[in-house]
Amino acid sequence: MMELVCPAGTPASLRAAVDAGAHAVYCGFNDETNARNFPGLNFSPEELAEGIAYAHDRGAKVLVALNTFPRAGGEVLWHRALANAESAGADAVILADLGLLDYAATHHPNLRRHLSVQAAAANPDAINFYAATFGVRRVVLPRVLTVDEIRAINREIDVETEVFVFGGLCVMAEGRCSLSSYATGRSPNMNGVCSPASHVVYSEETDGLRARLGDFTIHRTPKGQPAPYPTLCKGCFTSGEQTGHVFEDPVSLDATQLIPALAKAGVTALKIEGRQRSRAYVAEVVRSFRAAVEAQAAGLPLPQGALARLAEGQAGTTGAYAKTWR
Amino acid sequence: MTLDGTELPRCPRAIALAMRPLPLPVLGVALTQFARRVTDSHPGLLRRLGPYAQRTVLIDPTDLPFAFWLDPEAGPRISAHRRHRAPAADARIAGPVAALIGMLHGRFDGDALFFSRDLTIEGDTEAVLALRNALDDAELDLSEELIRLSGPAGALLRRLLAGVERVSGLPLHRDDRNGGFA
Ligand code: SF4
Repeated sequence: MMELVCPAGTPASLRAAVDAGAHAVYCGFNDETNARNFPGLNFSPEELAEGIAYAHDRGAKVLVALNTFPRAGGEVLWHRALANAESAGADAVILADLGLLDYAATHHPNLRRHLSVQAAAANPDAINFYAATFGVRRVVLPRVLTVDEIRAINREIDVETEVFVFGGLCVMAEGRCSLSSYATGRSPNMNGVCSPASHVVYSEETDGLRARLGDFTIHRTPKGQPAPYPTLCKGCFTSGEQTGHVFEDPVSLDATQLIPALAKAGVTALKIEGRQRSRAYVAEVVRSFRAAVEAQAAGLPLPQGALARLAEGQAGTTGAYAKTWR
Repeated sequence: MTLDGTELPRCPRAIALAMRPLPLPVLGVALTQFARRVTDSHPGLLRRLGPYAQRTVLIDPTDLPFAFWLDPEAGPRISAHRRHRAPAADARIAGPVAALIGMLHGRFDGDALFFSRDLTIEGDTEAVLALRNALDDAELDLSEELIRLSGPAGALLRRLLAGVERVSGLPLHRDDRNGGFA
């Protein structure tokens, strides 16, 4: 069966994911060492150890994301996080930075290393380099590849691949996007936040909901229409004569129906985005995907997705997997 | 909209009308006492809120006759106000009482309620997110907390709350469904 890798922003979500059938849960510490550094989210070292014990008792794994890029002079925070993850009993760490990968391979050789999507390793040469140099055992592929490209990559590498199947969609090659830095001075790569809440202001106005990020209006959503996150790449902007979603529509990824094709393409694990979401969401989505991977493993038809209402824009896309980029 | 795609229940008008004459200062004191008992028995809640406990939030259940001003750091402290006379707060979160309690009880997802426009956020977005995430992690069951604090009257209260939940459709208890794979 394909491995289901599920998000947990809090200990309660971790337990909800495990109880709902997650094979593995990924989470991070409550600081800038991970790319979901949101208010009120994430784990202290003690909470992580308890969460891992809970998961292991029930046969699930815990992967710890340390997937931001350490600041020069501030590396000790990331080094300490690696040591804390190992002593808490993490099954793997998910890393993006070359220096941190090297440090982990040298100082924590027995701690399994996965390459984060933030590293944007999108071809066999890059992946083989990470595998040979740092002993990376699994690569989370960036969300810019088609299923055919994933198959081609898997033919030329010896490590496992993990792909996103559901949730918020980062439409650029991960780790390379500077939109959030440009607008707010804070980025997913350095601070673990894209379009951070600290810079978001919503206001209900006569023409609907206005969402601002720093000095920029990202959306005006008329009454009754689904509201999106105030994410820069999914904003509605005026450029020249045109007003519209210049980069990408505010929809989120749902690749449920591509699970058989991804399995055939050699993918080991399916990842669900959403560490910022509630335990109710995590339980619902994990339950649904567990049923889907079980059906796939048994050669049965996949259950029809009923998760669109939970998604941003309340609409799903298969993203780049079946590419129709404009 | 709820997780299973159905419309959110509204607080029945009869209940909202019956609440109208409640004296606001007394309501505030009772809610403050209740909130303090809850945070005493869930110390992780304020810990998770961290520095965001300093931010005040106006919680505005749009189908009830009042709004609640919450200062987490002051104990916490809650005061009740008529909607148009509520004091300023760092942030405001508004929606039907079912959305607010349902989120607290792990029945609904806050982001999904925001996407569907059932929930409105204004002001300090960080404060709202921190509060929502800390409450989500606390796995509260407000009815059970109330029953626990009611001593010998608890059994009667349990029956009463179950009746109100059945008739109104309001999510008055935590969702304890297990995925079945554990
Ligand atoms: S702005 Fe969009 S593409 Fe860029 S990091 Fe944020 S989510 Fe990803």
